Amino acid sequence: MKRLWKSGEPFIWLTGGALALALLLVAGLVALILANGLGLFWPRDVVRMTLADGKVMTGQQVEREAVPGKPGQYRIKLRVANRDLYGADFQWVDEARIATREYPPDAVVVERTEWGLLIGTIQEVRDGGRTVAVGSARGLDELRRQLPEAARLREEIRRIEKGDIGAINFAQDRVRLALKRLEIKGVTRGPDVDALQSQMGALQARYREQEARLAGLRKRQTASVVVTADDGKEKDLPLVQVLNVYAPNTMGVFAKSGHYAAGVWEFVSDDPREANTEGGVFPAIFGTVMMVMIMSIMVTPLGVLAAFYLREYARQGTFVSAVRIAVNNLAGVPSIVFGVFGVGFFIYFVGGTIDRWFFAEALPTPTFGTGGILWASLTLALLTVPVVIVATEEGLAAIPSEMREASLALGATKLETTLRVVLPAVMPSILTGLILAMARAAGEVAPLMITGVVKLAPALPIDGFWPFVHLDRKFMHLGFHIYDVGFQSPNVDAARPMVFTTTLLLLLIVVLLNLFAIGLRNRLRRKYAMAAV
Amino acid sequence: MRGNIQVTATLNPHAGASGIIETPMVEIDHLSLWYGEKRALKDVSMSIPKHRITAYIGPSGCGKTTLLRCLNRMNDLIDGVRIVGTIRIGGTDIYDPALDVTELRKRVGMVFQKSNPFPKSIFENVAYGPRILGVTGRNDLDAIVERSLRAAALWDEVQDRLDDSALGLSGGQQQRLCIARAIAVEPDVLLMDEPCSALDPIATAKIEELMLELKNSYTIVIVTHNMQQAARVSDYTGFMLLGELVEFGVTKELFTNPRDKRTEDYITGRFG
Repeated sequence: MKRLWKSGEPFIWLTGGALALALLLVAGLVALILANGLGLFWPRDVVRMTLADGKVMTGQQVEREAVPGKPGQYRIKLRVANRDLYGADFQWVDEARIATREYPPDAVVVERTEWGLLIGTIQEVRDGGRTVAVGSARGLDELRRQLPEAARLREEIRRIEKGDIGAINFAQDRVRLALKRLEIKGVTRGPDVDALQSQMGALQARYREQEARLAGLRKRQTASVVVTADDGKEKDLPLVQVLNVYAPNTMGVFAKSGHYAAGVWEFVSDDPREANTEGGVFPAIFGTVMMVMIMSIMVTPLGVLAAFYLREYARQGTFVSAVRIAVNNLAGVPSIVFGVFGVGFFIYFVGGTIDRWFFAEALPTPTFGTGGILWASLTLALLTVPVVIVATEEGLAAIPSEMREASLALGATKLETTLRVVLPAVMPSILTGLILAMARAAGEVAPLMITGVVKLAPALPIDGFWPFVHLDRKFMHLGFHIYDVGFQSPNVDAARPMVFTTTLLLLLIVVLLNLFAIGLRNRLRRKYAMAAV
Repeated sequence: MRGNIQVTATLNPHAGASGIIETPMVEIDHLSLWYGEKRALKDVSMSIPKHRITAYIGPSGCGKTTLLRCLNRMNDLIDGVRIVGTIRIGGTDIYDPALDVTELRKRVGMVFQKSNPFPKSIFENVAYGPRILGVTGRNDLDAIVERSLRAAALWDEVQDRLDDSALGLSGGQQQRLCIARAIAVEPDVLLMDEPCSALDPIATAKIEELMLELKNSYTIVIVTHNMQQAARVSDYTGFMLLGELVEFGVTKELFTNPRDKRTEDYITGRFG
């Protein structure tokens, strides 16, 4: 026993075991997210069950679990969809009560812009009150023929609403603010006011024009599809609301894969629908990436300069050591504390001051005096600056002093030495710090919730209206999206797969951002052939 | 021997050097240095002749590197250093407060104990000094780099890979690159702080050969803990002990006929 202990073998096993456990935990985490998240877009078969009491239920099986308190019995969670008809998307069915199950080939799943999925059988397709196709097969063909046109129309309506009418609203807002600015100056009439008012009138006219165009477009689409669900309930659904129709029971693996790919694409490229439980998460991806970028731009120079002063210029002593300890401790401060600081300092003080000086005409509506992507990014920059400082400092300490002396001995000044020798050599360490900072920032949620993240942002922080980048805007963020969808959603069951899928996406984005920075760092390292710092 | 020998000889009373009758390049006069409370150099006086190799030998911690680093004021970088006495290089007092230290360091190049090329390409390493001096033309830089690398006997080995990282060179090549980098700014004096201590015998032989070549154009001061090396390459040798310059004179004489008992003990290997 003693010999065994002396040999050191048990310690090796202990350390190896600890590592294995850690790896197992991480692998389990990723596996859980993958397993739960990847299934969201797979078109499941539609099952029609006849219960012992004669009741018919149609839907997609999403879960099967043991009935609590009744050993050996199982129950099925059925996504019956049709929230507008039944009131709830999901039903639990005890397997013991099921008499028969069948997979009707004519069962279709309709993805629509409102009310979630619709599952049922196509009765007929109507156009302007006239029936154009009867029966499920003919109806499906007719729908497939008409849907592209409906999609085009929907897209055009959206473009007018967001683009043209959005532009008019934007311009009107500017005119309104210009008028108010004049009013503050005490000008209530005169050529300036008249000019602005006539501009306003012209915009008003243009707005009515667009409204009329919209009404015309809406009237053009008259087709609808009638779908019957269980209990003979019928739904007459305008085609313009239909995003996609498919009959999963007749689809092969190939067709399902295609549907899956389209679903993934929609998820990453589309706006959310139905209180974020459907559609895509593109604005959240955009917000997350943009926020991390702004944060990186802010935090890198700040952290690097601070580290340079601490290591290269400051006289090493008790004070600098104290500063160093303080900086290290800053990294451990709970993130919500930074959030509170962000609200108090950035939003109320800095933002409020900016508003009073430059956006007085918009008050009491705040412009910068409220949460926004700039303040959120700055708060996170503050949160992550210790990481950059520490990494840069360690890099600076690892550069041999001979390197600096060689430069000084050649007659270079300290500044020249710092810029031409030290900075390039410390670049990999700076990027290491930045990688850590980005990884932390991308996943941080708590401080964002109070500095500018919202569950649904009406517009992206970058758009086609001058000045194109709107740092004052509120934004969406994947981390907050997970919280919102999973725990604040009115329809938790429907949203749960979205939680895992969004988590997966967040992980993916963090990994991608890191890979980018790691690639950059490795390129620099190769260039300078420095040992890993 | 050179043609224009001037007899402005200085007989060093403190070191008792046997009359150095050559043009002095560096004149050290009653130099003392303190690191805080610790006195590292004690009243050192000597004159280093132009276009000769002067070696400092002595046991570790005797102050030879400190003395060397006084010559280009690298000791300024260390906190708490205090210096008394004067050093003149080419007649200029280098501790004159009005003197620009960077100007001095351009005139007094240095090669360090551990080869320390910058983590840049071979070309950029040599071009670093000229760039600091404001040379920007690519043709000028090319010419300087080639001339310096040739002078450092490295050109033939690296001419095809000037853009490769300098850190890919062998230890001996790196040290010769550092020499090339130092002479690219055409200094008057070249300080070498144990330049061969990390090199194998073949690389050492190359550097020594190179030094003999370079002394035609530069005044070289070398610190070495290798007495054979001092005997092989230097014209003059100073023996230091505990911050004192014990003996300074023509190398051959110092090694064959030391006048101080301590020098004799050291070179015969009784301590050190």
